[in-house]
Order: sequence, then C-alpha cells, then structure tokens
Amino acid sequence: MTPLWSALCVVAPLLAAVTQCIKPRWGAATSIAALSLIVLGGLGLASALIESGAQTIVLSGWSPPLGIVWRIDGLTVTMILMAGIVGLPVSVYAHHYFSSSTTANRFFWPLWMLLLAALCSLFLSNDLFNWYVTLELLSLSAVALVTLAGKPAALAAAQRYLYASLLGSLCYLMGVALIYSTYGSLDMTLLRAATEPNTSVWVAIGLMMAGLLMKSAMFPLHFWLPSAHGAAPAPVSAILSALVVKGAFYILLRIWFDLVPEAPPHSVTLLLGAFGAAAILWGSLQALRATRLKMLVAYSTVAQLGYLALFFPLSATGELGQTAIGGIVYFMAAHACAKAAMFLAAGNLQRAAGHDQLSALASTAQALPLSMFAFAIAGVSIMGLPPSGGFVAKWMLLSAAIMNGAWLWVAVLILGGLLSAAYVFRVLALSFVDPGPPAEQEAPKRVARSSEWASLMLAGMALLLGLNAMPMLELMSVGLPAIRP
Amino acid sequence: MSPASFYALIGVGLFVIGFYALLVRRDDLTRILSINVMGSGVFMVLIAAADGVGATVDPVPHAMVLTGIVVAVSATAFALALSLARERAQ
Amino acid sequence: MTTPIERARHVIVVIAVLALGALLGIAIVGIPVGGQGLALIAAEALPDSGVSNPVTAVLLNFRAFDTLLEIGVLLLTLVAVWALGLRLPDAETLPASPLVNTLLRINLPLLTMIAGYLLWIGATAPGGAFQAGAVLTGVGVLMRLNGVLRLSRSVLRWMAIAGLLMFVAVALAMLAWTGGLLQYPVGSAGTWILVIETAATVSIATILTALFVGQEPGPREERP
Repeated sequence: MTPLWSALCVVAPLLAAVTQCIKPRWGAATSIAALSLIVLGGLGLASALIESGAQTIVLSGWSPPLGIVWRIDGLTVTMILMAGIVGLPVSVYAHHYFSSSTTANRFFWPLWMLLLAALCSLFLSNDLFNWYVTLELLSLSAVALVTLAGKPAALAAAQRYLYASLLGSLCYLMGVALIYSTYGSLDMTLLRAATEPNTSVWVAIGLMMAGLLMKSAMFPLHFWLPSAHGAAPAPVSAILSALVVKGAFYILLRIWFDLVPEAPPHSVTLLLGAFGAAAILWGSLQALRATRLKMLVAYSTVAQLGYLALFFPLSATGELGQTAIGGIVYFMAAHACAKAAMFLAAGNLQRAAGHDQLSALASTAQALPLSMFAFAIAGVSIMGLPPSGGFVAKWMLLSAAIMNGAWLWVAVLILGGLLSAAYVFRVLALSFVDPGPPAEQEAPKRVARSSEWASLMLAGMALLLGLNAMPMLELMSVGLPAIRP
Repeated sequence: MSPASFYALIGVGLFVIGFYALLVRRDDLTRILSINVMGSGVFMVLIAAADGVGATVDPVPHAMVLTGIVVAVSATAFALALSLARERAQ
Repeated sequence: MTTPIERARHVIVVIAVLALGALLGIAIVGIPVGGQGLALIAAEALPDSGVSNPVTAVLLNFRAFDTLLEIGVLLLTLVAVWALGLRLPDAETLPASPLVNTLLRINLPLLTMIAGYLLWIGATAPGGAFQAGAVLTGVGVLMRLNGVLRLSRSVLRWMAIAGLLMFVAVALAMLAWTGGLLQYPVGSAGTWILVIETAATVSIATILTALFVGQEPGPREERP
C-alpha cells in the first residue's frame, strides 16, 4: 500500500494540472480534489510509518546506485501533511480571490498544482539529482505565480527571484556534479556510508549549501524574498512563505544529516547561527519599519526563517540533537500555518481597502474583525506564545540551547520573540486606533466570508499544533537518522 | 588528476566566468546568457565525470546533462519572456 | 566613469569569484582517479532495460522519474509563459515568400521523417524523444517564421499535455500491473519506453514551438 500512498501525493497534483490545462473551469475543484488526495496519501504514509517504521520505495524497480528511491520517514510525512493541510484553505481562498480576473484564474491552478507536485516529489525523494529537478520545477512555478499580479513591481520582483533561484540551483548542481565525480552515486543512503572528510566533499557541500541557503532566503542571501512575497497576490504569498522556502531548507537538512561526513567545525555552525540571528534581528527591524502590511508580513518571514538557521549551532549529538530537530520541524509546520493565515488575512484587508498601507488601514481592519482575529491568533504562534505550535517549537529550541549551555542563542531566541511581538502588535493596534473621519475613508469592498474563514482556519491550525504536540513529535521522529558525532 | 579532469577544470572556468558576469552586469540578456554559461560549465564537469574504463562510458551523467539542458532551455525561455513582459509593462 | 566605491566593489567581486574558482579547481584535482562511476553497473543492467542504448535506458528506465518531472518542467514553462500574456505580432503579418514555401514543401516532410527516425533509433543508438522533439521543433519554427503555422487552441493544449499525461498514465498502470511505481514488466519494457517517448516527442515539439511563438493562440484560430 505504501507505494500507492506515496504515488498519490505526486500523481494527484500532476493529473490535476494536466486536466486544468484542458479545462481551466475546473481549476478550483480539481485542485481541492488533488489536495485532499495528498492529505489522504500523507495520512496513509503516516499509518504505514507507525506500523513498520521508516521505509524506502524503489522507483522503476532499480535500486540505487542506478535508480531513484523515495524515502518515507517522520520528516517526509510531516512535510507532506503540512503541504496538503495548508494548501486546502489557501486554495479555497484563491478561488474567491481570483474570480474577478480571468487570466490569473486560468493560470493559477495549473501552476499551483505543478508546484505542489514538485514539493511532494521533493519531500519524498532521496536522490541528489532528483532534488535538482524538483527544485527547478518548484522555483519556476513559484516565480510564475508571482507574475500573476501583473504589475511592474511584481514582474521586477519575479525577475529578481528568478535570477537568484537559478543561481542557487546551479551552485547546487555543481556540488552534485562534484559529489558524483567523487563517489559515483547520487543516493543519500549510499552516500551517507561513503563520504569521507576530504576537500572535494567539503567544497561540494559548501557550494550546495550556499545554493540552498539562497533558495531558502537565509540572511544574507534573502534579498529577493521581501519584494517577491510582498508584491505577489495574497494566496501566492501564502504559498511562497509557507511552503516553497521550506522545500530548499528540507534538502539542506537532509544534506546535513546524510552527506556531511563528520561534525563540521565549530566556526561553520557558529557562522550559520550568526546568519540566523542576523536574519531574526534584521527581518524584525524591517518589519517594524514597513509601511505596507504585506511587506511587514514578508519581512516577518525573513525573520522567522532565521530561526531555522539556529538549528545548525544547536545540532549536537544524541538527545540534544533530537530536541533541536524536533523543534525545527515543528517550527516549519507551525510557521507554515501561521504565515499562510497572516498573508490571507492581509489579503482580505488589501481587497477590502484597495491598498495595504498600514497608516490607512484602521477602518478596514475594524470592518473585518474575523480577519484581524485570524491575524492575532497567527501572531500568537509567530511570537511563540502558548498555546501554539510556535510556542512548542520555540520551547524545544530553547531547551536545546539551554542544555547546550549556548546562552547566546537563548538570548537571540528570546529577543526574536520580543521583536516579533512588536511588529505583530503594530498590526493588531489597527483594530483599536481611531479610524479618522468617515468622509475620508472609502467604504470597504466586500470580502467573501470563506476567505475570512480560510485564514481563520489556518490560524486555528497553528494553535492546534500547540495543543497536541506529543503524538506529532513522536511521528516526526520516526526513522530520523541520528546526527553524526 | 586524470585526463578528464582537464575538461572538468574548463567547466569550472566557465562556471566562474558566468558567475562573475551574473554578479557584475546589469543587462537582462547578459544575465540570462551568463546563467547559461554557468550551466554549460556544470554540464562539462558532469561529462568529465562520465569518463569510464575503456569503451564503457558512464551513461548516468549523460542523462543528467540531457535533463539539465532541457531544464536550462525552459528556464531561459521563461527568463526571456519575463524580460520582454517587463519591458512591455513599462 | 566608475566611483571608487564601485571600483572597490568590483575588485571584491573579482577576488571572491577567483577564490571560488580556485576552491573548485582544488576540489576537482582532489577527486580520486580511477573511479568509474556507474559505467559498469549500468552496462550490467542494460540487457534487462528493454533498450540497448545506455543513455535511453537511464533516461526512460533507470531514472525515469527524473524524465517525468522534466516533461513537467516543460509544461510548466509553457503555462508560465502564457500566463505572462505577451502580445506578439500575428503570424499573418510575417512575409511569406513563394521561394521559401517551395523549399519548405521539400524540407519539412524530410525533417519530420528524420525526427521519426531519431525517435525510433533511440532504442539502439543515440537518439530518442528529446532529440526527435528538437528536430520537430525546427519544423514548427520554420512554419511559424513563414506564416503557415496554425493550430487551434484545443489541439495545441492536448498535444502539449500528451507527454506528461502518457507518462503519468503509464506510471499508474505499472503500479497496478507490477506493483512498482514506473516499473516496467520484464520483457515489454522496450515497448512501453517507445510509447512514452512518442507521446513525449509530440509534447516536446509542441511546447518548444509554442514557446518560440510566445503567445497563446487566440480562441478563434482555426486549423488550415
């Protein structure tokens, strides 16, 4: 059954995309069907995982090193479920968001489905070159989705995103070429046993990580993200911040577990941690300074991605490593739900007001209480307050840092929480500010109820993740390889 | 260092030249071309890795390069169209 | 006229790039000699793959999933370019010369035959879906440049998705038949590969030609 569940995750969005090229009218329906099948596949894989532990599926009947293998472990299943579960409300939202523009509506769905197919293939794959192809499919569809906004600012942001993305992919591919030249294999399981610490391997890994860090918008290679996520249509921003950036980081994690031959020197992990800290600080500061709501949320993404980089200095061996990785995976899932909710809520405000200038959004905010409520709940997760997924994630990272005696990172984590509270409250304050004389404000346009409920549901999921942490953490850790001493 | 490493080094040279041009030039067409040059560099390194024993050549890097070329062509096509769309939009 | 800051930046970029090149060079030189990669393993597995050309075997059997995703990338690119909504000169405005038309009348069928040959011979010699698709794209581009390319929107769409659709359909069929995703049954692998390659050739040629044209055909264009 396991091959069926995993195949479902990839085949369903591909078939949906193909159908949508012929029948654009069925866009929303086929997408929701495909997403449901992905969630079904993810649940099937989760049950297979609980029954028989981590497993691999050989594609085309040829085992490595000749063929490609799909690997199913806790991390894979969590990511697939995250993609499916976050994707469903976003699709419902997009159905109403794009209903006014026929061009965007026709092209959003096939692009979204192909992005989803790429993402699921990426999460399942265990092969270096296969990851390259999935990364390209993912990035190209993401860039194309940004262009749907149509405005010159969006096109410029998309172009910058495209160049950064292609550069990252090529650096990654060069690293793959070096690894293949040295070891003659592309399979991660085989490479884990084979890699030794020599120059070629370190250079290759360094190059691959640089490319992947660029694609996951890690400071200082994040320059393309704020404008791209800020200029894209709201559902696209949600997809980009919640799902796409996690794809490249997932590969980074896998490389860190399987390819790195021995614990990297302390200076390297310190540097990566420093980048993470810089991302948190810089991103939060820019969010505090932003004039547009969507730019604020986009900079919040830059800051939150900095937390992911803190994994590297905290990834010691054994118990501490498990806590750190659990925190990171939980963080990715919680951030996906919360950030998507924030972008959808911001999209609602923008739709209603016709703009998203923070200085003039007060009356709109007060006319859309559901969206503001969703933003607030999502903000709770972003800030890392209980009870939310963000809190569980931060708690685990803090414990890993404290157990490690790494007080610097503890300080960074706490400071990050305070700064995120500052910019979240900046938005929430709109609900309490005097909107000014009614004659100055235009009547807010109607926003579909389901759009508001979509963002509220996502925020609720971020909360739920905090209420039911233990079973999920156990699921996540199934089959997770031990970090090398 | 085998004879094939010579080709791999040329590939690295192409990669680095393309990288330099991508960082320094501001012109759209030059940037797209430099990405293509970088891609060609990587493909050369891959082909150099296909050096086999006697007559048996390793087909996997060849297949990787074929796939890479198609992906590069697609990316170039999209980059060109995006460039054109940006020009039109102004 | 470059300012000192710009010149300094330039120097830093040059140094960084040279350093990267040096690192990569050291990495290349450090690669142990004598590794054969997968040459021998692939040669051993070749008789069971259904074709005798090792590259086709890798592309469509051993690592078929990569090729499936790659055809997905092509389709994605087409959708992405169409989504940009470019408005380019119509085919009718391009000049059609009777001299060129005669040349085309001779060359295009020949090119199509060459494409068919490349597709067929891909099983035993260098060739296959991508190569045949590229030659067919040449046919399409020549037709477009001389104003004779007209395809209705629906035909174009079906041709564009044919490759991916066939690939996914075969993958599912194989899942049901042999229990392995994209795993061909022993003995008929060659046939399945040819089926997939044919659909892929049509798709590749259509998508690349449509990318050359750049804009989506209007809803009322008709087949000649």
